[in-house]
Parts: sequence; C-alpha cells; structure tokens
Amino acid sequence: MGMTEAILLTIITAATPLLIAALGELVVERSGVLNLGVEGMMIVGAASGFAAAILTGSTVIGILAGIGAGMILAAIFAALALGLAANQVATGLALTILGLGVSGLIGSEFVGARRDALAKIDLPWLSDLPVVGKILFGQDPLVYVSVLLAVGVWWFLWKTRAGLVLRAVGESHGAAHALGYSVLKIRFLAVLFGGGCAGLAGAYLSLAYTPFWSPGMTAGRGWIALAIVVFASWLPLRAVIGAYLFGGVTVLQLHAQARGWGIPSQAMSALPYLATILVLVLISVRRRGDAQAPAALGTPFVPDR
Amino acid sequence: MAALLEASGIVRRFGALLANDHVDLVVAPAEIHALLGENGAGKSTLVKILYGLLQPSEGTLTWEGRPVTIASPAAARRLGVGMVFQHFSLFEALTVAENVALSLPASTPIATIETEVARLSRAYGLPLEPRREVWRLSVGERQRIEIVRALLQNPKLLILDEPTSVLTPQEADQLFVTLEALKAEGRSILYISHKLDEVRRLCDRATVLRLGKVVATADPRAETAASLARLMVGTEVKEARATAHATGADRLVVKGLSLPASDTHGTALKDVTLSVRAGEIVGIAGIAGNGQDEFFAALSGEVTGDPGTISLDGRPTGALGINARRRLGAAYVPEERLGHAAAPGFTLADNALLSGHATNGFVRRGLIDRGAVTAWFQRVVSAFDVRMSGPNPEARALSGGNLQKFVVGREILREPALLVVAQPTWGVDAAAAATIRQALLDLAARGAAVLVISQDLDELFAIADRLAVISEGRLSEPRPTPSLDREAVGLMMGGIHGVAA
Repeated sequence: MGMTEAILLTIITAATPLLIAALGELVVERSGVLNLGVEGMMIVGAASGFAAAILTGSTVIGILAGIGAGMILAAIFAALALGLAANQVATGLALTILGLGVSGLIGSEFVGARRDALAKIDLPWLSDLPVVGKILFGQDPLVYVSVLLAVGVWWFLWKTRAGLVLRAVGESHGAAHALGYSVLKIRFLAVLFGGGCAGLAGAYLSLAYTPFWSPGMTAGRGWIALAIVVFASWLPLRAVIGAYLFGGVTVLQLHAQARGWGIPSQAMSALPYLATILVLVLISVRRRGDAQAPAALGTPFVPDR
Repeated sequence: MAALLEASGIVRRFGALLANDHVDLVVAPAEIHALLGENGAGKSTLVKILYGLLQPSEGTLTWEGRPVTIASPAAARRLGVGMVFQHFSLFEALTVAENVALSLPASTPIATIETEVARLSRAYGLPLEPRREVWRLSVGERQRIEIVRALLQNPKLLILDEPTSVLTPQEADQLFVTLEALKAEGRSILYISHKLDEVRRLCDRATVLRLGKVVATADPRAETAASLARLMVGTEVKEARATAHATGADRLVVKGLSLPASDTHGTALKDVTLSVRAGEIVGIAGIAGNGQDEFFAALSGEVTGDPGTISLDGRPTGALGINARRRLGAAYVPEERLGHAAAPGFTLADNALLSGHATNGFVRRGLIDRGAVTAWFQRVVSAFDVRMSGPNPEARALSGGNLQKFVVGREILREPALLVVAQPTWGVDAAAAATIRQALLDLAARGAAVLVISQDLDELFAIADRLAVISEGRLSEPRPTPSLDREAVGLMMGGIHGVAA
C-alpha cells in the first residue's frame, strides 16, 4: 500500500465522524435551532457506545447505545431550549460541559479496555483493485452510512414535503405557526435527529476510529462539525466537502508531525482548529450581508397562549 | 338570507386587558364587510379568533347556522375561512410555489401547485411567477401570493388585514377588481382597514370597533368619511393644516449621491439630487425597498460618503458621522420605531438621552445630567401628549402612536434646521397621525427644512409642498404637489417614469 493511499484511507476515517455530526447539526439548524452541544452529545455517544459494546460484546448494540445516548442529551436540550425557551447558546454550551462530565462517569470503568475496531468490509475482487479498491470498497460500513446520510438529508430537505416544512420552520417560525404547523414538535424531532447523529459520530470514534475509551477523546470534533455546517452554507452535499477537507487537515498534520519538520507538535495539533477559525472568518468576509443562514436560527419560539 | 358567519358576545382577555369586549359581528354571504377601527381597537384579536389563532375567553361562533369552535388555522381553512395577513406570513428563502404548498395538504405535488398557481393568477388578475424566491418579489407580488394561497382553499370567507397599506394606488385598484370578482362568485370578504375612502368605495357594510367594543354597524356608502372617522376615534379628528409662510434659501442640498446597496436585498442609490428649502416640506414617495432605507442612511450619517454629496446650510456633511450632523442642526426619525428610533428595553428618558446626548447638554465631563434628561423628557411628553402607563416606562410598553409622538417630538423640540423623517405615521392611530403631521407643518413654518419619506400618498399630498418619487434607487425631479395628480405619481412609484410631465 502506497503512502498516498494510506493517507487517503485515514482521511476517510477521520472525516466520517465529522460528516455524521455535521449532517445532524445541519438539520437542527435548518429547523431554526442552534445546538452548540454537539461536542457533549458526541462524547457521551462515544462513552456509552464503547461501554455497551464491551458489556454486550456487540458492536451493533454499541452503535445503537451511542445514538440513544446522544438523543437523550438532545432531549434535555430540547426540553430546556424549546420547552422552556431558554437561551439556546447558553443551553448548548452547558450541554457540552454536562456531556464531558457524564462521559467521564460512564467511561470510568472502561479506561484501558480494548476491543477490535469495527471490521472493514472486504468484497472479493473489488476490494483488491489497485488504488481505488481499498478506498472505495474496503471501508467500514459506517463510512458508507455517512455518505448515504448526506444524500438522504439532501433528498429529505429538498425533495420531500416534510423537509420543506422543516426549512419553513427555520425560516420563519411565526409564519409556520400561523399556517398551523407545530413549530416546537418539528424542532424537537430535528434536535433529536441531531443528537442521534452526534451520538453515532461519537460511537464511531470509540468503536471504529480508535477502538478504546479515553476521557475527552472527541478532542473538539463537535466544534469542528459546527464549523462545517457554516462552511457548507447549510447545504448537506457541501458538508461532505467540508468534512473531508477538515478530516484531511487533521490527518495531514499527523503525518507532518511524524516526519518531524521541526515544528512543535502542539502547533501542528492546533492546525485543524486554526483552519476552522480561518474558514469561518473567510466565509463571513465573503458573504457579508448575504442571507444564507436560516433566518430564524437561534431565536426561541414562544406561541401565543 | 342566513348569515355566513356570526360571532356573538366574543370576549378575549390578555391578562388585565380586555382586547375584545362582547363583540358581535355578522358577515352575510357575498358581502364585502369592513372591520373598522384604530390600532388597538381589537380588530386583530377578533380576526385571529375567527382564523383559529386565538381562542375566545367567552362567546360563540356560528358558521352557516351551525355553532362551531375554530381550534386552529387548519380548522378555519377546513370550514372555508381564508386569511391574508397584513404582515405577510411568507418564507423569504422559499419559492412562490413552495410557500403555497405549505398551506396545502401534504399530498399535493409541487408540480400541480405550480400549474394551479399559474391558473389562479391568470383567472383573478394576480400575475405571479411560481418558481421565483419570495425575497426577489415586490410587496404587491407578495400580497398576491397570500391571496392565491388563500384562494386555493376555495374559501367562502376571505379575511384581508389592511391589504392596501403597502400598495400603490394602481395596485390597490387592481386588488379591488379582484375582490369584486370574488364577491360576484358568492364569496364573502372581511376587509380590515382604517382607510375610510376605500371602505366607502368597496364595502357593503361596516362594523366599527373602538377600545374592544362594537360602537356601530353601518352602511359605509351612507356615511361620510368624517362620520366614520368620528365613530372610529370617538372625537372629531382635525385635519392637519399649514399656515401660510415663505420659503427661504436651500438648507439641505444633495448632489449626485450614489451609494452601493447595503446587502444583496438592498437597492443602490443612483445619482440622487435634491434640495430642500427653509420653510418647506419635501415629500419622497415610493414603494418600500426602492432605496428609501439607503437614502435615509446616507442623509442621517449611518452611512458616510463623499463630503460634497450632501450639505446642510452650505456646509458639506457627506463625510460626517451622525453626531457631527446633529450638532450642525440636523435631526432624524427613522422608519422603525422599536429597534431603530428607540431601544425597546430602555425607558423613554434613556431613549431621549440616546438621540440627544451630543446636542442637548445631557452629558457633562462624561457624566449624565439626569436632571436635564428628565426635564427634557417631560417637556416632550407634555408637548406631544404622549400617553404612558407610568412615570417613565420602557419604550416597548407604549402604543405605536404614543411612541411615534415621542420619537418625533424629541427631535422637533430641538428646533432642528433639518428634519428627515421616514414613515412618520405608519401604523399610527388617526389622532396621533394628525398631531404628528401638524407638528411637521408647524416646524416647517418656523423655517426648518423638512424631508418626509413615506409610502402613504394621502399623507404626502396633505403635507408636502413638493413631491419626488424614488424608484429603483433613482429620484425623480421634485414638483410642486398641487401640480401633480395621484395617478401619475402612482405610475411613477411603479417604475414608469416621465409620465408626470
């Protein structure tokens, strides 16, 4: 296996959790809710997924546990930010802090435990094709799930009536309410979906990417996912590009560290986050005044009595 | 003939406020019924109850002889009630057809909706392009979406909330033709307005609300505009009247002002030239979004530019900031009362400080002189009869008319050399509107230059000495108002130039 191929393979595995989490948050934000708790939901998904997989010995149950844990945290967020119309930014930040704490509690028994990573599929003949074989046909199942998810989210948002309603709610909740749509119910479902995706992304980290649990192992990926949503201008297919771009930066800095170019490793590790800041700044400069974000993003909805 | 809709004894409370106090309303089939009343009279509350957005605290609704409860807008639509809101409930980022789709059962495919929209818009003279995004459309076109959307439900009763407040006279005429056609098909229309001439022209019957109660049910054609106004307001409304005075030298001069659009939805100003003399009110007519916001921002100093493009009393001010211009004697009242002219969560005294800190001696060595602020605030309140619920309430606690009197009053009492005011009486009750217009006329009579940017042609014809039209960022040559006719101005507002000559 050549160097380039190895790098491409690791980029794909690095990008997958980013993509899944970003797609979930994209749907949440399209419904007009800003949930900054992605990092928290992700790490609880990682801890719960790993714990469940160790206890049951089943990777599938681990994945489901990760999704469920993310959804539970999302439900707490929804109860506060939607049910009680609490400030979404503050609630989301609190959710991240809560998630970091809870994940430590869940994972404390499992530090040091190891299991095999989620198996990569191996198709006879196809997976053995030179160069493209491993990259296109030799990934673990969740990589394909993440790509299908991107297409599915695009199809849902732009081709289905339910997706139209969701976008409408994110555009103007007052108008959607006046038409008789249940704004809070739609947003609640969107937030749950986002939580499930973040949990799945977390479980991917602890079950496939690095098959063990260590506290704080999401290492800011939830924040990068949030940046990808903005980078993608709330468009799911552009989120794929964003996720692979950020995944690429993450992997390349590792390779650069390994080569030892005399740059302190801490500086190299900071690269993905610097890239995040840079991208956000560039986007806000380029799109000044252009309304790309859902118009009602982050504004709480309180119906008339 | 049996009534289509009968509401009897409707009561709706909001806390201690009685928004509807035993209101009775009867709408007959194939009737255009006016619901008249000032802001805060309870029209919106009543209509929201009829459309299922609010539930009445007491009272009954009868539809075609059967008692009904209307639990939601969907239930209202199932009965056959359609609604066109004053503030459009449209989704700017979505297309016309998508907007319409959202009010239809989910089973209807978008393609069907597109053809249906095209068909209805032809049938009722409401031209629309189904695939355009709403933010690209004019206000009149947006209203058409609302009407088409309501018509797709095949309603027996169509409720229109102040439909002409945003239209040019021609667009309004076109709307009236559509409404007459709907009536001829046997549909009823509940027409909410405070424009009395329209109501007298269009409506068969009128129910007049004041302070939550029905004060009269009348045949508007048998009444005069003055008698209807008296019913609405409860007292005689005085027409604003100018006192004769001479006009002097140019005070505000704008020369070749061009300005790029502030954002993708804005309008660029193109070579705007205008002068306003001492003692003169110049009106700028135009449909919203034709550059008024940009022009106001350039005049007030919210956007600065080339020094020579704007001057006040001979001094170039184009590059100066807001405070510097205020110190030279300029004063400004922006269109949006809450959020632009006044900070909603600040008290009135603090709001007076915000606009007057540079000019009114409220600040000494960096410290606020509370006594001076309070004295000034009380002068404004008493001079302009601002009614408020406490000694110094937050701006958002005031009614629209009272807050508008306050934000206009705090500028006029400074005796500015120049006052630029946008939409001085937008959504303001008739009595407050009369007070504000009279104050503008009096200010001009004392030698100030007054520039009024407004969409309300009645207002401009009533107070402006000269009138110009802004359309797509270009300003027409101002002409003496008496030499203009409304039709021509209306055409220019719609973007047809050179007709007024």
